[in-house]
Amino acid sequence: MTRWLPRAYLVLVYLLLYIPIGVLVVFSFNDSRSGYTWGGLSLRWYQSLFNNNAMVEAMWNSLWLALSAATVSTVIGALTALALHRYRFRGKKVLNGMLFVVMMSPEIVLAISLLALFLLVGIQLGYVSLLLAHVTFCLPFVVITVMARLSGFDESLPEAARDLGASDFTMTRTVLIPVIMPALLAGWLLGFTLSLDDVVVSTFVSGPSYEILPLRIYSMVRVGLKPEVNALGTLLLVFSLVMLMLSQWILTRSKR
Amino acid sequence: MKKTLLSLSNLTKQFDGKTVLDSLSLDIYDGEFITLLGPSGCGKTTLLRLMAGFEHPDAGTITLSGEDLTGTPPEHRPLNTVFQHYALFPHMSVFDNVAYGLKMEKRPKEEIRERVEEALAMVQLQDYMRRKPHQLSGGQQQRVAIARAVVKRPRLLLLDEPLSALDYKLRRTMQVELKRLQRELGITFVFVTHDQEEALSMSDRVVVLKDGLVQQLGTPREVYERPANLFTARFVGETNFFPGEVESIHDGTITVDVFGLKRTLRRPDFPVREGQSLHVLLRPEDIRVLDPADEQGVAGKIVERNYKGSTLDSVIHLEYGTEVLASEFFDEDDPAFDYRLGEPVKVSWVDGWEWLLPEEADESVNEDALTDA
Amino acid sequence: MPSITRQPFRTAVLVLVWGWLLFLVLAPNLLVVGASVMTRDPGTFISLPLNLDAYRQLFDPLYLEVFLHSLYMAAMTTLVCLLIGYPFAWALSKLGKQRQLLLIFLLIVPFWTNSLVRTYALKMLLATNGLINSSLMGLGWIDEPLQMLYTEGAVIIGLVYLLLPFMILPLYSVFDDLRQELLLASHDLGAGRFATFIHVIVPLTLPGVLAGVMLVLLPAMGLFFVPDILGGSRNLLVGNVIKNQFLDARNWPFGAAASIVLTITMAILMLAHRLSKQRIGEEGA
Repeated sequence: MTRWLPRAYLVLVYLLLYIPIGVLVVFSFNDSRSGYTWGGLSLRWYQSLFNNNAMVEAMWNSLWLALSAATVSTVIGALTALALHRYRFRGKKVLNGMLFVVMMSPEIVLAISLLALFLLVGIQLGYVSLLLAHVTFCLPFVVITVMARLSGFDESLPEAARDLGASDFTMTRTVLIPVIMPALLAGWLLGFTLSLDDVVVSTFVSGPSYEILPLRIYSMVRVGLKPEVNALGTLLLVFSLVMLMLSQWILTRSKR
Repeated sequence: MKKTLLSLSNLTKQFDGKTVLDSLSLDIYDGEFITLLGPSGCGKTTLLRLMAGFEHPDAGTITLSGEDLTGTPPEHRPLNTVFQHYALFPHMSVFDNVAYGLKMEKRPKEEIRERVEEALAMVQLQDYMRRKPHQLSGGQQQRVAIARAVVKRPRLLLLDEPLSALDYKLRRTMQVELKRLQRELGITFVFVTHDQEEALSMSDRVVVLKDGLVQQLGTPREVYERPANLFTARFVGETNFFPGEVESIHDGTITVDVFGLKRTLRRPDFPVREGQSLHVLLRPEDIRVLDPADEQGVAGKIVERNYKGSTLDSVIHLEYGTEVLASEFFDEDDPAFDYRLGEPVKVSWVDGWEWLLPEEADESVNEDALTDA
Repeated sequence: MPSITRQPFRTAVLVLVWGWLLFLVLAPNLLVVGASVMTRDPGTFISLPLNLDAYRQLFDPLYLEVFLHSLYMAAMTTLVCLLIGYPFAWALSKLGKQRQLLLIFLLIVPFWTNSLVRTYALKMLLATNGLINSSLMGLGWIDEPLQMLYTEGAVIIGLVYLLLPFMILPLYSVFDDLRQELLLASHDLGAGRFATFIHVIVPLTLPGVLAGVMLVLLPAMGLFFVPDILGGSRNLLVGNVIKNQFLDARNWPFGAAASIVLTITMAILMLAHRLSKQRIGEEGA
């Protein structure tokens, strides 16, 4: 059987996936404003990025939002996973179903439903509304990550702890949490990245008081070409790459 | 005179430089039940896959009734396979699974229906036609796999450890059923297993394989009672090995010293000379456990007893350091039969029940091959 | 089962989780359903009386055309993703395990990178004075720049670029689960490569195809920023319509009705996926 044809095909698809990103990175170091001619190596776009106060503020805002959204969703998501895994309760299927629907439904549907809620209940559009929204769409991913870890571990461990005299709470603290720790870290990183990259939901639930990075980028790329975006994109790419490798490393290490 | 159906000659197959089959030749007769027996990694599954056409030999030929099959793809070979894990198509009903091969032959609808129903009746699954594979038990899935393979009326049926996923009782039932099917259909069965008991009870002939080489080819009785070498002796059933030394050679007999006993034994087929060391092989059921006062026999004491229902198995530690396994049929009337642990006894056998093998150069390797099985 | 008072921890967890989901998932969705049957109101966004005007408005020729065009672009995106992704996942599943993991990693790296930035990268390539046009003109293959940006094609390329991993991952998962023995069995029973593909491979990978379609088709109707950046004003998605109605036109009932259409599409796709899995004896997700 010919073996090179499928391989050549794989290589081609990867090239198509990576060429735009490669061009973006290369041209972020271009001294010229042009998107097609090379004007020499330069860091001027990185400079202008950091000289832009509004941009730097949006970066910090985004970072803070992502940190808090990832943390809150990890806590709630882990508790939800534990509840789904360990307790029998009425409406368990409904709970599962709701999480699944959140994960599968188009972002824009989630976005408008949250906007409607915030406006009608009277929650100011800003940090709080963004946090609530981001935690909500990160939640199912954390739950799934933790559930996967829980389903792979020995059912008799919690029973052994209870048998040896630990209360439900103590057992959770001393046995379950250590076991699911890698999943918690991976879930946290996933939530962090999802929050940092979100455009659709944020467009709806953010207000003028709290500008975040994706929206700032959005307003920049709608018209024309802005070399600062290349620089920013390169930074975000490196950042995501580090986060992704970190989470992979945590997951593989925990599998031993 | 038996007619050769499938002839394998000088088949060689390597994977990543490792030789799996080494110039192997084998003739399979029309209508026989032949078993490929060996530990894992012995090449038995590769041999079966070469016959089915899933792999191609690096060298050698496969002919079916004189017709060269070596380069023929599996879909054009008039033989079918029953897979180890059944390989039933999960998206098709039992009926569609069995009908698949006939549909590929573009048979008329009516004929397909009749033949599928017939095949399913043969494995007693005619009431399960509309079920999906996942709605069946393991044994039922096994039957569907067999029906699916035989409905095409192949010249030869290849079975790759088809019973290994079933529990003990179901295995026994399916063994009997497979034998019955083979008799009724008159199809040649090539059966692969690592279970020597299964091989002995089902086959007309057994091929013992190791490291891609045929160790022995013969009837189950030949393989069990007259093993060709130490590997076969160890792999097929339990065996006690006593070291012997040839003292003198006569017409048809030789005198051998075994643990100080001088025994006159049948002269073996291989050449012997005086002073030569050889192995005296005795199956546990051939061992006699005697009273310590008895003159004939080697002294030892009982170190383990296992009640096996119809037999009593004892392990006897000989004064010479060797351990012997003895398996005796129950005799409730014999008060001396039930030994106590630590009780001194003597061990012997009836002349002529032993089997002699020469020493082999590389005897240590065999043990490793066995632990794989 | 122990009573509630004896497990305060359990009670606290369940209250928190249920509270969150009821307030931020169930309530908002009910709100949208409610909004879709109410009347537009400039002050309070929505008001009584109840009516189906919003749904009627969906069939207004003007919007119907936008929806059908969006559906067409989403369908094309899905088709292109499937055509690229199916052989891709197949080829991927044939490689060694270690290499598969590495390639999967490489596949999700872009997915973890900001999607706006990636869309912008495409814009750089496709622009009138972008890299593709200048390269082609430099090579002398074309005399004047091709109009690639602000076309239907650009939107589809952008959507494919963003959504391809979502098609490949479920497909890879079904190909990875596809037991080699089944293909051998099919050949053994007399089927050639083509017959095996049609009768065995396609039905067994169908759940993956449907999962991929589900993960691509819906976002391909909702990712409003792609046409904003690449498509100009003529190539709008349902997402753009919903966004405009909610944020600019302040017509909540109409925006809500449009989003319910999306949700219903999702429900239908999920049902199809579930059925296809049950067919091969796997429990529906």
